Amino acid sequence: MLRYAIKRIALAFVILITVMLAMYAMVFLVPGDPASLALGPRATPELKELLRERMGLDEPVLMQVWHFFHNALTGDLGYDVWSKRPVLDQILEFFPNTLILGITALGWAVVLGIALGCAAVVWRGTVTDRLLGVLSVGLISVPAFVVAIYAILIFAVWLRWLPAIGAGTPGDIGSQIRALILPAFALGIGWVGYLARLVRASLLEVMGENYIRTARAFGLPERRVVFRYALRVAIIPTIALLAVGLGSILSSAVFVETVFGRPGIGTLITGAVQKRNYPVVMGTVLFMTAFYLFIVTAADLLIARLDPRVRDVFRR
Amino acid sequence: MSEAVLSVENLSLRYRVPGGTVAALRNVSLAVRQGEVLGIAGESGCGKSTLASAMIDLMGANAEITSGAVCLNGCDILSLPRAERRRLRGREIAMVFQDPMTAFSPVLTVGAQLVDFQFNLDGVTGREKWSRARDMLARVGLSDPDLAMGRFPHELSGGMRQRAAIAAALLMRPAVLIADEPTTALDVTMEAQIVHLLRELQADYQCAIVIVTHHLGVIAELCDRVAVMYAGEVVEEAPVDALYHDPRHPYTRALLSCDPAGIEAATGRLPAIGGRLPDLSDLPPGCTFAARCGIATDRCRTVPPPCVALGPDRSALCHEVAP
Repeated sequence: MLRYAIKRIALAFVILITVMLAMYAMVFLVPGDPASLALGPRATPELKELLRERMGLDEPVLMQVWHFFHNALTGDLGYDVWSKRPVLDQILEFFPNTLILGITALGWAVVLGIALGCAAVVWRGTVTDRLLGVLSVGLISVPAFVVAIYAILIFAVWLRWLPAIGAGTPGDIGSQIRALILPAFALGIGWVGYLARLVRASLLEVMGENYIRTARAFGLPERRVVFRYALRVAIIPTIALLAVGLGSILSSAVFVETVFGRPGIGTLITGAVQKRNYPVVMGTVLFMTAFYLFIVTAADLLIARLDPRVRDVFRR
Repeated sequence: MSEAVLSVENLSLRYRVPGGTVAALRNVSLAVRQGEVLGIAGESGCGKSTLASAMIDLMGANAEITSGAVCLNGCDILSLPRAERRRLRGREIAMVFQDPMTAFSPVLTVGAQLVDFQFNLDGVTGREKWSRARDMLARVGLSDPDLAMGRFPHELSGGMRQRAAIAAALLMRPAVLIADEPTTALDVTMEAQIVHLLRELQADYQCAIVIVTHHLGVIAELCDRVAVMYAGEVVEEAPVDALYHDPRHPYTRALLSCDPAGIEAATGRLPAIGGRLPDLSDLPPGCTFAARCGIATDRCRTVPPPCVALGPDRSALCHEVAP
């Protein structure tokens, strides 16, 4: 297990460095000069040159890459071109909003999705199963921002139960929770369908395995068969999907944050892209990549804990 | 001759499938006595495995028993409440499955599962269950049972896993051991070792063993009596020597002539039974083997064959055999 953990974490770092390089190359290749953009059209060439120098853009590319890595790994993600604030401060200010939204959205989706998946297995082949199938596919197909707009229309505009925009008053937990409900609903609803389908499929597959029959052949009670023998294996694909899910839910939070006018990593990054605020774009993307890698690695380690066969992958 | 430990009486079972039913077992009657090894032979799809799973009450959800009984020590287990049937499993009747690769859960250690499998054993602590399991692994010939207990199934070889599966089945000293194709997934050397082990264990524990296999060699090695199945029926039942030396039912004869091990003449051609199994969802009116039988008459094609007694302990389901 320890051997697997070390290798898996090392792999995560290799991926992180590759992503950083790729990201640097991409930003480097995009046309447009950040210095002239920052100073506006009427800046003199001398001023531009001065700013370029200060941003390190006059150095050789390899040196720029080196500085980028060195600074990033020491937690210095550079300064906002416009506000001159450190990028990391901005990320740390906006990220918790997005994380709370993502976790809430995925949280309710997990609870409902797994319950629906189990229900479909219990009543498999019946009308309930088929209705759940139709419902799941329907939920998967609806884009989050469409749900968001209709949710605002119904619950905020017509019924006036919940606020339409914002993240609530800082310090007032009640208003923050009320502001969280609609976005979390819109963001999580597609995942209910995904998870219900996945849990149904993997549980059905595992229940047909021979070792389930073996456990029954020794007279183990059905509950023990399901929880100790079936669910332990059936939950593995769900954990893998959830890790990827949290990543993609954080990136699709961009839409929902835009619709609900919530401050978050999504609004931060779209604003920065529009203003060609390179340090903020790169810092945010880098931060999200690192966070995503952290989640996926953690999920892999959890899966390895549950399934001994996974641990042996690196042994061969 | 002692009383039958496990007997199947007139058992008929069908599977519900989309668009009808499949008659998987029809009027099967068999009995196995204490210390006896009964072989059930037949080609794929003849109902051998269905019969084995019916004996331990592990049929699929779409199976339906239409008549008959499975009696353990004279008591019909199919009429017992579900909870009591569950209590019998493993303790009175245990099963060894065909594929040792998948018979154990991949995510629990062999030891943890062997302890779990003693669920129906009352008044024994977890620690005792562990040492019982360890001793049984040693008994079935695992060289380092303590190591094997802590291993996951995928870390053991196929032969070791099948030994562990046999150990699991014997853990609670069941009265009947059912082995469904116990050697089919193994290579020839492993097969010989497992056959040898089963014979040894049978001598030690004196339990009744039912071996389901299409491998006639395994039956000849291990069994006292053989039941040959065809299309969901027992077509011939006989002591093992009598069956091999003097097969009476045309199907048994055909089956024995197809055994590659039994071909002495250097014909260079392996005989095969022409035709195929009848459609079990739409059975012919007469004998189910008539379409493939060399000696079938018009009566065979229209009238179901009677069960003809051919002496003590011997019978065949055929119009054309002489008593």
